[in-house]
Amino acid sequence: MNKTRVLIAKPGLDGHDRGAKVVAKGLRDAGMEVIYLGLRLTPEQIADAAIQEDVDVVGIDCLSGAHMTLFPKTVQAIRDKGGKDILIVAGGIIPDKDRPALKQAGIAEIFGPGTSIDVIAAFIKEHVTKK
Amino acid sequence: MSDKPAAKASERKTEFKTTVDGFSVKRVYTQDDIKDVKPEDIGVPGEYPFTRHVMRTGYRGRLWTMRQYAGFGTVEETNQRYKYLYKQGQTGFSVAFHLPTQEGYDSDHPLAAGEVGKCGVAVDSLDDMERLWAGLPMGEISTSMTINATASILLAMYIAAAEKQGADVSKLQGTVQNDILKEYIARNTYIFGPQPSMRLVTDVCAYCANNLPEWNSISISAYHMREAGATAAQEVGFVMADGIAYVNAMIKRGMAVDSFAPRFSFFFAANNNLIEEVAKFRAARRLWAKIVKQRFGSDNPRSQMLRFHVQTDGFTLTAQQPLNNVVRVTLQALAAVLGGCQSLHTNSYDEALALPTEDAVQMALRTQQIIAYESGVADTVDPLGGSYYLEKLTSEIEKKAEYYIAEVDKMGGALKAIEAGYIQQEIATSAYDYQNAVDSGEQVVVGVNKFTVKEDTDKELMEIGQEMERKQVAGLGKLKAERDNQRVRVTLKRVQDVAKGSDNVMPVLIEAVKAYATVGEISDTFREVFKEYRQPNIL
Repeated sequence: MNKTRVLIAKPGLDGHDRGAKVVAKGLRDAGMEVIYLGLRLTPEQIADAAIQEDVDVVGIDCLSGAHMTLFPKTVQAIRDKGGKDILIVAGGIIPDKDRPALKQAGIAEIFGPGTSIDVIAAFIKEHVTKK
Repeated sequence: MSDKPAAKASERKTEFKTTVDGFSVKRVYTQDDIKDVKPEDIGVPGEYPFTRHVMRTGYRGRLWTMRQYAGFGTVEETNQRYKYLYKQGQTGFSVAFHLPTQEGYDSDHPLAAGEVGKCGVAVDSLDDMERLWAGLPMGEISTSMTINATASILLAMYIAAAEKQGADVSKLQGTVQNDILKEYIARNTYIFGPQPSMRLVTDVCAYCANNLPEWNSISISAYHMREAGATAAQEVGFVMADGIAYVNAMIKRGMAVDSFAPRFSFFFAANNNLIEEVAKFRAARRLWAKIVKQRFGSDNPRSQMLRFHVQTDGFTLTAQQPLNNVVRVTLQALAAVLGGCQSLHTNSYDEALALPTEDAVQMALRTQQIIAYESGVADTVDPLGGSYYLEKLTSEIEKKAEYYIAEVDKMGGALKAIEAGYIQQEIATSAYDYQNAVDSGEQVVVGVNKFTVKEDTDKELMEIGQEMERKQVAGLGKLKAERDNQRVRVTLKRVQDVAKGSDNVMPVLIEAVKAYATVGEISDTFREVFKEYRQPNIL
């Protein structure tokens, strides 16, 4: 079986990339193929890369508080560009009360501060749709 | 004395370390451990190399400035928070700008959508800056502004607003962060490439040296490197390397070190390991004094004094059992005070969840006040000085930091080391090691990987509504319609001309902001001349 391909990217203007980088390295060590796209990206740029790189999973994160705008836009952009089966997960500082709406918008799971890499890797393995 | 392997079996761990990638800690320290430390390297407070404190009287003369970093929503909301903090006994102000202001976009820019007023206050124009300080006497207060890529623009606005209040500009007190190098390393709000960015940084420093003698023209920041994962020694080593790059850039402009270095300031984090953090601040003071004196030939003690602000480390706050953060912040703030900081921000316990509520901010400020007025640690200078362990660690951090400085020197300085990704990679490795240590349980984080409880998620959090964004955008539209747009065009053209040449941009920026040219418009003018920059992704 091919390795699971994961794109890690940060939409919006937020500059905090410690978490995104640690998760990218961690998933790589967990045996996945990880593309780290970096930060300060638009939802369209992330969606384009997801399609172009033919990934199975997109992980996005935001610590600036703009998640309610950026996460749904990113999901929409990925779906619009044909990434129907891509599993989309998120991280960052996301208040509990925002979670139902984000899940409704298509974010499969939200990993808050303190989450271990194992938990994220296990979730991806269980939920990813392999092509 | 020796650590026999047999004796180790009775200890909790096979090796004790300050932090995950930090220093080995011995069972006990004695006179033997500091026999190589020269007495003059420890010295006395107020004298070179200032290991023990920059001032002879320490906090017996004046306490540190209690300066809470704050900013959210509209300028009115933030102004209210400032007045609240002032009333609660805060002694300095510290502005958090929202990301669009930091990255050179107006609130009506498509990239600002969702970010307006979120992790800072929305300031688009001088009009916002004026209202931010309504009822607060700019001529008397001390203000720190966390602003980097757009530092020159926001400083111009601060000066113009102070003038409008009738303040004597030459007496303005405060700090502009203006440290672009750590933006490439860790904080990521740069706009332009390193060369034009360094020109803007040094324009600000030179302008302040000549016009704002009481203003700190740069706050060379280690804080964000620590937040990104750096160890204590990396924090010191890399911030010194950045400091050296700034001094070199100013000297290259033809300025003598002692004409600007007295207004260089620093910014560190305070992490959890109490003694290592105290040692870090002392090591940094000693190193900077030696660098400025020996490398740059300064003979003004004021240039050699490392004066610094501290923020307790945001990364150490846990979303789990958030009240535990009160204790973490107390210990970190204690380290900052035992380490002799000039200014301190204490985080609020709820900041791993959202922006802090007013009650949480009050408790954070009270933490400083309790340390200042009840603990007694501010009553003698460098109370831990002379401790075998502390002095040994101070020397170890100094040596390790010197190693990093030498590595950066070998690459041709901080700019080159950043372009090569060296500093970013070192920090990312430390961050990953830390996460692995937490995941394996080797590094205990109380409430996260040990002593966990099932928690009720219904906490009261602060929220910035979408209404705020609409209001800000509407206000900006009104300003753009009502101002003298011909004057805006003329001043922006002047900004463009000066940007293309080599004159200091500050005077024309002050003209432009007085014409109510916006942060976005001025940044776009710079973008045309300097070009936007994106650094490669480094894992």
